[in-house]
Amino acid sequence: MSEQARHENENHEHHIVSPIIYLAVGAALLFGTGLTVAVSYIDLGVFNPIIALGIAVVKATLVVLFFMHVKYSTKLTKLTVLAGIFVFLALIGMTLADYISRAWGRW
Amino acid sequence: MSDSSAVHGAVAEVHPHEHPSYQRHHFETIEQQFDTTNFAMWLFLLTEIMFFGGLFTAYLIMRNWYYPAFVEASHQLNVGWGTANTAVLITSSFTMAMGVWNAELRRKGGLVLCLVLTFILGLAFLGIKTIEYHEKWEKYHIPGIRYSESAFLNPASDPEVHKSYPDDKPLAPDMAAHTEMYFFLYFAMTGMHALHMIIGIAILGFMIFRARAGAYTTGHVTFVENFGLYWHFVDIIWIFLFPLLYLISRHQ
Amino acid sequence: MSAPTIVSLPDQSTARIPKVNFLTKENGLLSWLLTGDHKRIATLYLISITFFFFIGGALAGLIRLELLTPQTDLMAADTYNKVFTMHGVIMVFFFLVPSVPATIGNFVIPLMVGAKDLALPKINLLSWYLYVIAGCMAIYTMAAGGVDTGWTFTTPLSTHYLNTHVISTGLAIFVAGFSSIFTGLNFIVTIHKMRCPGMTWFRLPLFVWSNYAASILMVLGTPVLAITLVLVVLERTVGIGVFDPAKGGDPLLFQHLFWFYSHPAVYIMILPGMGVISEVVSTFSRKRVFGYTAVAFSSVAIAVFGFFVWAHHMFIMGISNYAALVFSLLTMLVAVPSAIKIFNWAFTLYKGSITFETPMLYAFGFMGLFTIGGMTGVFLGSTGTDIHLTETYFIVAHFHFVMVGGMLMAFLSGIHFWWPKWTGRMYPEKISQLAAVVTFIGFNFTFFPQFILGTLGMPRRYAAYPPEFQVLNVFSTAGASILGVGYLLPILYLTWSLKYGAIAGNNPWQATGLEWQIQSPPLTENFPAIPIMDHEAYDYEWLEHEQQKEVASVG
Repeated sequence: MSEQARHENENHEHHIVSPIIYLAVGAALLFGTGLTVAVSYIDLGVFNPIIALGIAVVKATLVVLFFMHVKYSTKLTKLTVLAGIFVFLALIGMTLADYISRAWGRW
Repeated sequence: MSDSSAVHGAVAEVHPHEHPSYQRHHFETIEQQFDTTNFAMWLFLLTEIMFFGGLFTAYLIMRNWYYPAFVEASHQLNVGWGTANTAVLITSSFTMAMGVWNAELRRKGGLVLCLVLTFILGLAFLGIKTIEYHEKWEKYHIPGIRYSESAFLNPASDPEVHKSYPDDKPLAPDMAAHTEMYFFLYFAMTGMHALHMIIGIAILGFMIFRARAGAYTTGHVTFVENFGLYWHFVDIIWIFLFPLLYLISRHQ
Repeated sequence: MSAPTIVSLPDQSTARIPKVNFLTKENGLLSWLLTGDHKRIATLYLISITFFFFIGGALAGLIRLELLTPQTDLMAADTYNKVFTMHGVIMVFFFLVPSVPATIGNFVIPLMVGAKDLALPKINLLSWYLYVIAGCMAIYTMAAGGVDTGWTFTTPLSTHYLNTHVISTGLAIFVAGFSSIFTGLNFIVTIHKMRCPGMTWFRLPLFVWSNYAASILMVLGTPVLAITLVLVVLERTVGIGVFDPAKGGDPLLFQHLFWFYSHPAVYIMILPGMGVISEVVSTFSRKRVFGYTAVAFSSVAIAVFGFFVWAHHMFIMGISNYAALVFSLLTMLVAVPSAIKIFNWAFTLYKGSITFETPMLYAFGFMGLFTIGGMTGVFLGSTGTDIHLTETYFIVAHFHFVMVGGMLMAFLSGIHFWWPKWTGRMYPEKISQLAAVVTFIGFNFTFFPQFILGTLGMPRRYAAYPPEFQVLNVFSTAGASILGVGYLLPILYLTWSLKYGAIAGNNPWQATGLEWQIQSPPLTENFPAIPIMDHEAYDYEWLEHEQQKEVASVG
């Protein structure tokens, strides 16, 4: 029985991420920070929030995939992260949908 | 690990293979224990995402409703300090990840160094936050307790900010009143984030003591790895707070 | 003339409770207060929630007494507001949400998946302590004068217009919420990671699937309630105005955030109960649950859809018509998986060998009453009818049908079903059947008139009402007194059975499921050796085979 359990559980290797990757990701994050600050000084109208949040999403993705090891984790972990993001977006999205559609008037 | 069969006498009959001393009795293998606690930590982080979700929802709605007030109020935040804090937190995430790496390779010295660096960077973040909060206190921008709308009714009365944002018009009194809402959400979100940082730093302090005693470099990296997840998550929250509060409203 | 029964007890003259079991393994208060054993924690929870159930029940009694007459003669209107608020808060947060998961779920899930304990025993104990702390805060609130906002804390009433103990109640619920989160987290991790060899997802008992779905809701929904309560507390203390129209805030924002949790909360409450019904219906029809996959997936579907329908509690509150349309449509969709379950249970019964032991009586009660309650939910999900029926007694009747006629009956069904496993003793069958029938009759007398009251227009949360509604209210109160008897009886006879009940043996119901293959009460470590699951769920042929093996191996 123990052998069986061991085989089931060793489906994912306990992958040790190399410090080079951490360094590269860290540098990319700092670069992203500089970029987002620099772009914020330019008036791009409605694109300012879009670009700023876009860069934030990229940075967060890097942190999740590499610092938090999700890239090397089981499918379950990946699914869990996606489930959380999905419900978070549902909360914000559907609530905002109510607020935005109020302005559309009554039919 | 020769003591495991003596300590776990009855269990050893059922589990003829040896298991590490830090394996709990209800787990069959150490891999199961690691997988389980890792998954549990991720689920906890999901609760944290939803916890902050409510605040993000409130912020986005109020910004949508009171756009001019939120724009001008956000100009009171110092982008320099915010950028510095972001850089500090990203670096601390890097040192934390390196700490986990050191634990996996059973390098005690490296682990302790990384944890100490993360700890110091965490304190630096809080220090900068204190400077920013103090500035808000000085300028009467603490909502509900010590608040003045004068900087928004008459932007020229605040020369420092007015120099950076010369296009800011004086707000009408009712719109100026909503700047207090901005600061409430600012303090609620950054305050909740800072509370999580404080808890993280406290646990880091505990971990530094345990790491120096060699607790995490025997192959039992679970605690460090899972705490790393928490720390990175707090970093991610800030990665979103920074543009939302400091950057997206710099222009009208 | 005795009714057919599947109960199979060991010879009472020689049977004994096993000497070593989780109750006798260690002695002393600390061994209970510092335990990691999921079965002991389940027992602690059972005692705690029963305590709160009776407080909530007493408050319900006060409500019904007041409503005997159209005037506010028993208590002042403000006091009445406090009574129904505390009744709601205690029943929802301190009874219904933890009822099946924290008691039966804690006890049975590790047994059902073939594990020695839940994945995180210390978190389990923490969960109970958080519940107790929250409970103490709630009791403090009641002693200090109570809160009268309604359990839904609607703003700006709760933030600006009342001087009652909103903050302490809010904080109590905050703490109770984390108790719930940790229970759900523990279940998800256990079900994913602690299944014994051979226990694939589709061999799990449906009780596990239901609790899994409810746990997803607990983990993802409850934190939003937590932040909402924090905002309410901040609003009351610092006075920001995020929910205050006068300061430009939006009271509806509170409701969006509150109901984002509180709608999934009703599924948190009902799903574990549905899991119990699956087990009970299968056992007492001697038949595997019809459409296992459909029932399993419908549990998850309820959980997923349940996240997208919350604004149906807000149709008249000021949301946009477009939002109302979308949420109404989604509400219609969420009714489908629940209906699927009812169909599947009905088809399980069809051509089954049905017997009418107490758990089955409660299960029948559940199926009928939940169907009625659920269907009235569909009436409410349609915006047109909701405008007339919302905030009336129709709503009160609807949720009491699903929660009391549904969930509470399922809870009692489960308690009776697993009582022999938990305590090693059988409850007395005749009086328990009587109690089930009394409960059913009392329930219908109490809450069916309330549907009529609602359609006639009697508003909810009113201490005084127009005199033309009195007859139905008197009916309802009369029913409530019968219902009270029905709920008191189990306390009495279950306590009696602890000492004088028949010895149950391993498998008095001749049920499938891993928990019935071990001793009653179980060992602390559950299984002497981790089982290997080699048959499907509800496999009665396998059970018969096992029983024949047992007989064959004697002597």
